Order: sequence, then C-alpha cells, then structure tokens
Amino acid sequence: MAHPWIPNSHPSILREMLEAIGVSSVEELYSDVPPQVLMDPREWDSLPIGEGRPLSEVELLRRVEEVLSKNRYYTDPPPFVGGGVWPRHVPPAVKHIISRSEFLTAYTPYQAEISQGLMQALFEYQSLIAELVEMEVVNASHYDWSSAIGEAFLMASRVTRRRRVIIPETANPLHMEVARTYAYGPGISVEEVRVERDTGFIDLDDLEARNLGEAAALYVEYPSTYTGVVDENLEAAGEAIHKHGGLLIVGFEPISMSLLKPPGRLGADIAVGEGQPLGLGLNYGGPYLGIFAVKWSSRLVRQMPGRLIGMTSDAEGERAFAMILQTREQHIRRSKATSNITTNEALMAIAAAVYLSLLGPAGLREVAEASWYMSHYASKKLSNSGIESPLLSGEFIMDFTVRLPRRAREVRESLARQGILAGIPLEGFSFFTDKDLLLTVTEVHTKRHVDLLVDRLAGALGG
Amino acid sequence: MGWRQARWREPLVFELSRPGRRGSAPIAVEEDVKRAVGGLRLPEGLARDSLPELPQLSEVEVIRHFTRLSQMAYGVDNGPVPLGSCTMKYNPRAAMRLAFDSRLEALHPLQGDEHVQGVLEALYKVQEWLKHITGMDACSVHPAAGSQGELAGVLVIKRFHELRGEGWRNTIVVPDSAHGTNPASAAMAGFQVLEVPTARDGNVDMDALKAALGRDTAGLMITNPSTLGLFEENILEIARLVHEAGGLLYYDGANLNGIIGRARPGDMGFDIAHVNLHKTFSVPHGGGGPGSGPVCVKSVEVVDGVTLADLLPGPRITYDEETGLYRVQPPGRWSVGRLRAWIANTLAVLWAYVYILALGPQGLRLAGEVSVVNTNYFIKLLEGHWAYDIPYGKGRPRKHEVVVSAKPLKLETGATAEDVAKGLLDAGLYAPTIYFPLIVEEALMIEFTESETKENIEAYADRMKEIAETARKSPEEVKWWPKNTSSRRVDNVRANHPRTVTPTWRVERLRREGKLGPLR
Repeated sequence: MAHPWIPNSHPSILREMLEAIGVSSVEELYSDVPPQVLMDPREWDSLPIGEGRPLSEVELLRRVEEVLSKNRYYTDPPPFVGGGVWPRHVPPAVKHIISRSEFLTAYTPYQAEISQGLMQALFEYQSLIAELVEMEVVNASHYDWSSAIGEAFLMASRVTRRRRVIIPETANPLHMEVARTYAYGPGISVEEVRVERDTGFIDLDDLEARNLGEAAALYVEYPSTYTGVVDENLEAAGEAIHKHGGLLIVGFEPISMSLLKPPGRLGADIAVGEGQPLGLGLNYGGPYLGIFAVKWSSRLVRQMPGRLIGMTSDAEGERAFAMILQTREQHIRRSKATSNITTNEALMAIAAAVYLSLLGPAGLREVAEASWYMSHYASKKLSNSGIESPLLSGEFIMDFTVRLPRRAREVRESLARQGILAGIPLEGFSFFTDKDLLLTVTEVHTKRHVDLLVDRLAGALGG
Repeated sequence: MGWRQARWREPLVFELSRPGRRGSAPIAVEEDVKRAVGGLRLPEGLARDSLPELPQLSEVEVIRHFTRLSQMAYGVDNGPVPLGSCTMKYNPRAAMRLAFDSRLEALHPLQGDEHVQGVLEALYKVQEWLKHITGMDACSVHPAAGSQGELAGVLVIKRFHELRGEGWRNTIVVPDSAHGTNPASAAMAGFQVLEVPTARDGNVDMDALKAALGRDTAGLMITNPSTLGLFEENILEIARLVHEAGGLLYYDGANLNGIIGRARPGDMGFDIAHVNLHKTFSVPHGGGGPGSGPVCVKSVEVVDGVTLADLLPGPRITYDEETGLYRVQPPGRWSVGRLRAWIANTLAVLWAYVYILALGPQGLRLAGEVSVVNTNYFIKLLEGHWAYDIPYGKGRPRKHEVVVSAKPLKLETGATAEDVAKGLLDAGLYAPTIYFPLIVEEALMIEFTESETKENIEAYADRMKEIAETARKSPEEVKWWPKNTSSRRVDNVRANHPRTVTPTWRVERLRREGKLGPLR
C-alpha cells in the first residue's frame, strides 16, 4: 500500500525500481548486514512504537487535539513567571513568516546562490542584534542562553589560556548548571563572587579578592534573571577583570536593552542572551534562541563558536551573502573547531529578526517601559498590602523579589490552584530564604491581572 | 531551462526604514498605573542615551520584505534537497498542527507537571518509542540538536571512566569518514581524537583499528551506515574489540534512516546512541535549526548500583504509575547534567511525536526501505558513466546515501564537484553535500530519502549527465553557473578578507564612516 509521504511506496513502482537495480527484493539490499543484527520485519512491526500501526489523518489529528487539551493554559492572567524566559506577546506576523515553506523546510544554506533570501534574513538577525547590543559580530544562533554561556566560557578559556570563570552567586541556577556541564570537559572551574545583600550588586571587594589574575572571565547578568536587579557595579567589575587580563561576558535580556546602556558600551568582550522574548513564545522549554555577540577584535572573532553569515558580492558585482570564517567550524576543522555546533536555531533567529523589524526602536522601548511600569505597579501594590517588596534596593525592569510572611512554595501552590502562576520560590537559592519569591510582570499583564495577583496573594496569606 | 528563482535585489531591512513608521500597535500603559508608580526610573549611568538603530517599517512592509526573502530560499517544499547525511525528508503538515499551535506559546517550563500532562505524555512517549527504535534501554530527549546529543554522549563516556577510576582513558577513536561533529564533540569534552582509516571495501580498516585501541581508549564514535552509505560489516567485531580494550561504543544516529526498521544500534553492541529528530523523524530543518538530538544508552553497569541510564543528561520524563502522572525529573546525582536550561526543544519533539504516531513501526520501516531503494536506483542510473565514479565497496548496496566522486569529470574537463553542484542549482535542484566525506575526492554525497519521487531521481541523474556533457563541450561555461538562482556565484575571498569581511550591517556602516579597521 502506498503511503502519502513516501511517493515510491506503491508496490508497482517499487517493483520497477528493484528490477532496474537488479535485485528481486528489498531484502537483498540489506545482504551486507550480519544476520545476527538483521531484524525480522515481523518482529520490528510488533514493537510498541506509536500505536503499533499507521494512523489515518483523522485519527492523527484527534491525537493532536488530545495532547493540546490535556494542558492548562495560563492566559488570563498570564504567568507571573520568568527565570530566563518570559511571558511575552507573540505577534502573529512573526509566526506567519517562520511558517513559510522556503524558510521552514530549508537546510543550512550550504549552497549560497540558491539560499540568498535565507542568508539575508540571518544576516539581518545578526545585524539587528548587533545594533541592540552595540557590538559588531553576532553569530547565527546557539541553542539557548545557557548553552551560549557554556560556549562563552570555553571561548574565554581558549582566548586567555586560563581555566577559571567567575560568576555572581545570584546567577541563574539553571544557566550555571549548563555552564558547568560545558566546563566539565576541558576542566574549567566556575567560582562565585559575593553579591551585596541589600542592593543585589556584585560585591567589588570580594571580586578583588578572587585572584583575578587567573580568571578567564567574569560573567554578569544584565538585568539579573533571578533577582531582577540591574547591577550598578557592572562597569567597575568589568574594569577589574580587564585590569587582570580576563574577559567580561555580559548576559542580557534583549528587550531591556532598549532602556539600558548596551553591553558594547559597558566594555563587554562577549555578550550572550536569550532571544525567546523576541516573539518566540514559551512553548514549554523550547525551541529558544541563544544570542552570541563579540566585539570587533580578531583575537575574539577567530575563537568565536557558531555559524556566521557575511555580506559580499557575486560574480556580477551584485550584493550577495555567504557563510563566512568557516575555518572555525567542525565541518572544516574537526577536532580543532571552536565548537561542535552545527544545527542551531536558525528559524528562531529569523523569528527574532521579524519581531525586531516590526517593533523598531520605539516599539521595543514601549514593551520595555510597559514591563517596567507594570512590574513597579505590582511591587508597589504588594508593598502597600504589607509584603516586603522589592526585597533588594537595586533597580529592576520586570523581575523582582519579594518576601512573604509564609513559605513561598506553599503560597505559590495555593495560587496555582486558583489559576494564577505566581513566580518562582527562591528557597535554597543563594542567600534567599524559603519565604522569598521571584515575581515577573511584563507587557502582557494588565492592571486587572496585577490587581488579581495582589488580591489572591493577600488572600492566601491572610487565610 | 524552465526554472528560475526570484531575484528581487531586496534591500536590507535597514535600508527600507523610514523614520516614524511602525510595525506594532502602541502599548498604552494605564494612567492609574503610571500615577501609582510615578515616572520611569533607571539606574544612573546605566540608562541608554539613544534608542538602538533598529529599522522603522510598517507591518505591511515587514511582511513583504520577509516574504520576498523567503522566495529567494529553497527547501524540501520547493523540490529535492538530496544533501547527504542531512536526511531532508518531507515535513508532514499534520505535525505542524501540533508544533505550531499558538496555545503552546503560553506554557511556561516552570508550570507544574500536573498542568502540562498532554505535552509531558507526548515527550515521554517519544522517549519510550526511541528505546524500541534504537534497541537501547533508556533515552533522554533533552539535547537540542545532534551535536549536543554527541556532547552528552562523550560526557557520558568521560563520566563512566572517571566513576570506574579509569580517568586516564583520554582518547576517542573515530573513523576518517566520520561527520566533523564527532571529533569536534570529543575535543569539546576534553578528549584526544585518533582517526582510523577506511579500507577499500568501505569498512573500517581493522588492522588500523586494532593498533589504535589500547589503554588510553575511552571509546569509539561511529555512524552506521557510514557516511559512504555503507553498512559497517565488521560492526560486531569492532564492538568486541572496543569493549575488550575497555572503551564504550558510541552510535552517531545521523544515518539512522538507512537502517530503520531493519537493524538497531542496540543490537550491534552500541552502548550510547543519539538520534536526530530533525533528520530521521521529519522535524523541519528551518534553514539550520531548531533540531532535537535525543541520546539513548544501554543499561550497562558503571559501578555498583549505577548504570549508564543514571548518567544521561536531563531533565528526563518519568511516568508515575501510582498517580498516573507524567513527571519532570531533574538530572540526578550521577547525571552528566543539563545541556540547556529547560527540558527539551519541545516543539521539535512534538513534531516527531506526530510523525512516529502517524507511521507506526510498519511505516517507519517502509520509509527506511524506500530510502534505500531510492539510493540504489539512483546508483543504477549513474553507474558506468564516464564522468562519475563511486569509490569504496564496489558493487555493495548503499543504504540511505551514496558518495559519488566527480574526479573522472575533473580529470577530463576541469569541472569540479562544485561546478556540478552549481549546474544542479541551475536546474532548480538543490545540490548534494559536496567535498564530504574528506576521503573521497570531488565528493558529491547524495541522500534522496524516501520522500523523493522516482521521476525526480531520474531527472537528477539526467541533469548530472547533462552537466558532464556540457563540461566536455564547453568547459568554460560551467564556471559561470549558476545563472538561474537569486545570485550568481558568490565572492568568498571578499566575504572572508580582513578588510572586507562584513558579518553585520553595523560593520558595514562603521567601516563606511571610517570608524572600523580591518579584522586583525
């Protein structure tokens, strides 16, 4: 029987082809597989794979609906949860463009001339991010923020020939788990620097005591994903690491960059970040988009991981695009490559390019400002209702910490039952207590949503 | 030639900008809110003093711009993309109904397990189905791509030896026909890489392998079928030798489509295997990603009470029979850890879920078989042609792919594998993977998958022959191909020269303003 996705699967077509090949059956084409390994088709067909049989499209779409119907969608209000990815508006135009056949079903643009539009879109992604961070070189994407950090640590170690990196004790714990996995292979150690308990800023005295002469890099989040704080000691910390010959790696949230001085002007050598806020949606874990940028320096660019698209010209002198500086990559350099990355998140990079083109400078700033206003409104209302908020005095954009009179984990559970996803309990994280909660409010939250959150929180605490 | 790709000479999005235009409706913050919090406050010294130099366009223009760019791209929906080792199969639209459903945009990865059972069940099932498909004992759908699955795998190897007190094992052996990611992943995990040559019959050179294995051996990474499309006939002997030397055997699943339904890495002696959902399981490539690279292991004992399954990266998904709930299990004590912050490239895994569900074991086997028939049919069409040679393992059936050498063509006419590639583009056919594997001169690595029609396979072979004839008649003409694509042949020297290399518009802009020197 012919299958709709397998055009040559009709027995008569297969017979014609097998005859042309000069074999009597498909079996003969597996004649070089040792018999101990070759599987009996009947045995294979009886394995519990899928439902044990092909499904019709009617059945299939019913299963699709079942998967979708067994989840709870927190849309009203949207989750008050960040942690490195955030509830953000996804413009329909973004999803439309990445659904286009020519982008969706294309491979990596190995053949330049037939992939010009794909490469221009990726070049534009690189260029849009470059303007956002004011750094000159941006690659065509990593898997997510955390793996970009891992790669940045490896790169910093190669550039400086040192094997230690320093992070603030409040750095995103999941990101740091990933970074430590990447650091494990080459034996890079990850060491924490103290953070001031009142402001949430890096403790500069403690930083100086960290034996910076051996440090490959200092990594700082901007703003912090787990305290929300914009670290006002960032520039001074950067100067300290530079003085001792290490690199400054800034981890950034892209939408906030419309309000904040960009990493390129803070002295960052490498900037990494999460592209998820740029129209990708939450999608329960991914795909997301690891952003990776470096400043214009041969020493850095030659050690940079990942694919790069560059602008050049063609045989007629017209503008054209090509993959560039490929001698860094695995398919050329094999074990000497700067990374093993091949498949990346290209389609998500295109989504981010569409998002940034739609929003423009003013639109992006409005999103950031709306997040700032709504989160500050929430913090203020919480404070008025007797909750310690914000817990740290450092300024924030959309994430902030609060201290509840009760165990945050229990309060969160109680609100989840009422349809409200209220933040991330900070129990066991850094210097926080079991009463501390990280809350997130962005442009997708309305005043009514925030009022509801505060009301329910107060209710849960009172009862 | 009837085919012609759009050539819009589309400006950069920056060049389409006009001050004041906008592509998003303004967001009005409620006045009550503003009143309650007062004016926007930013830390002194860290406020951005000017807006980023992003373009200003209306939504109409943005849609038109990116639509035109898409028209200058080429995917499986446009025609054959027989890139070897890339398994560019059709991406069924039924799967898009799930993976592109807008409801999923609201699902935060920190949402409680009990409120995301639909998604967790699907991820769990893929995890379980892959066990049977590969013949392994435990899988993790955590890695974001094949390369990340490989990194996970070599980290498992590293951890395995360290836990056994054999941390001195610092060498990973790979055949010279291996994908570049194998040595790159091994190096990333801190291993030395030792390459072993391929024998003339296409199998690993067994004498060289024996000489390479020893006290330092941590493991062997190999893909089977190989990048030559040949099944490794000595795989059982290889497994025995590697295990005898104290190493683990790693399966690079990039070529799984060639044996799916007929043979399983788990039955060949492999200890660790990764699969690419964006190859074998129809997840679209998206112009380079996202993908998904689950990694699987056999329950080999590491030390007392610990097996390779405990070393898998995570989180992983478990099923609690008592409560009937699917659970997210963070990586445990022995795990190599997290490779990305969250559970998985969820949408890619959901796509694969629909694909596997649609085909069942019978359909997956059929897909594998037809991909093999397609390869060998194509070989028959090209066999004996003066311009093309198929080196290694003469006469042996290929599996998912075949590597054709254009060396005879080059010797006769001067036309190269690259010229052949450009000639194919001109006919509206995507080119093969070229100059890979490195052990074949003027390599054209071709994988049609089960998605290609007999007619297109014939057209592809015809075009390759036609290219050879043109090269013989007018060798200079082929150097001018392609003519029908969005651009002519690109200037790679200019693209990479320190004075002209342009990775972003910002570089171009600053260079024009005299603010940027050469990249050195």
